[in-house]
Amino acid sequence: MSKSKKILQLFITFFKIGAFTFGGGYAMIPLIQQQIAEKKKWITDDDILEIIAIAESTPGPIAINSATFVGYKVAGFFGSFFATLGVVLPSFVIIMLISFVLRNFTEYQAVKYAFYGIRAGVLALLVKALWTMYAKIKKNAIGYILMALAFIVVTFLDINVLYVIAGCAVVGIIYSSIAARRIKK
Amino acid sequence: MIFLKLFLTFFEIGLFTIGGGYAMLPLIQEEVIKNGWIAEAELINFIAVSESTPGPFAINIATYIGSIMGSEFGISGGIFGAFCATLGVVLPSFIIILIVAKTYEKFKKNKIIAGAMSGLKPAVIGLIAAAIINVAHTVFFPSGFSVATFTTPTFWVSAVIFAIMTVLALKKVNPIIIISISAVLGITVGYALKLPI
Repeated sequence: MSKSKKILQLFITFFKIGAFTFGGGYAMIPLIQQQIAEKKKWITDDDILEIIAIAESTPGPIAINSATFVGYKVAGFFGSFFATLGVVLPSFVIIMLISFVLRNFTEYQAVKYAFYGIRAGVLALLVKALWTMYAKIKKNAIGYILMALAFIVVTFLDINVLYVIAGCAVVGIIYSSIAARRIKK
Repeated sequence: MIFLKLFLTFFEIGLFTIGGGYAMLPLIQEEVIKNGWIAEAELINFIAVSESTPGPFAINIATYIGSIMGSEFGISGGIFGAFCATLGVVLPSFIIILIVAKTYEKFKKNKIIAGAMSGLKPAVIGLIAAAIINVAHTVFFPSGFSVATFTTPTFWVSAVIFAIMTVLALKKVNPIIIISISAVLGITVGYALKLPI
């Protein structure tokens, strides 16, 4: 595929992702997984975990971070530019319309019902995305411990995600250097 | 100059919000309310709007405030204001990720980076699971957990939509189609049963 065609596809794909990510943040993971990994095969499920880890430890919303990152990986600077533009554009246009003509659009009963349905659908998509990624991740004892710890700390203790990220990175570094030393012996 | 100020303020917000989403709320509250751009109550209302429109909260709130502030200068002012604020909030992420992406491939094999990633990948699985619990809470128990919730039609309709969509998702139906069907189901069943939402 030529580079300019790839860039156009990046724009269209991220435009779709931007238009159908409701609830923000992790809600876009199922879309990225299906559109970018399964359909286009531009990245793998493992890459998605890496991208989320990077997105969580750098400023800005996950949507922007992953669009920029994937765009760069697929087609360099212009890839990241058009992927980011694509993911931002739907929000931009819709919010402009709301601010001009539909200030009280959340008051409409149809809108309330639509989002009542969408929330349940997004939950299902997230469960499926988690399931596929869990199935594909390399599993070892330390991995299970970190998984459980991250889940418990964020769900039950009011601790900033950033500390969880930093802590798990440090544990990963220490553990892998110990493991490497053992292999040497 | 309001447009420059919009750009700079949202640039700062974009730069200092790590993790995204509502993590930026305190900073927005401080910056935006201090400037008198939007009232606290309107900001809270806007969270509901943002939940019901696609895209990240950061972009939505930047576009909205930019549009309102620029509108003093007419419709084109509104569009330009929204553009300045949105560009501001996006630019820090864009630049930082561009640098990270450029260097990441090089350092991917580096022992420390690879080690950190080996700890981060399972952590991300845990984080997604935590996010799911959060979403499940708003889907099934929007007004807090109580046994009485199990007797409401609102709960059961949510449960049925969730079950159908899980099956479709496992059958690899396109997420865009799943979201669209969920919306249609929400509207038709909502009106049919006159659900109190």
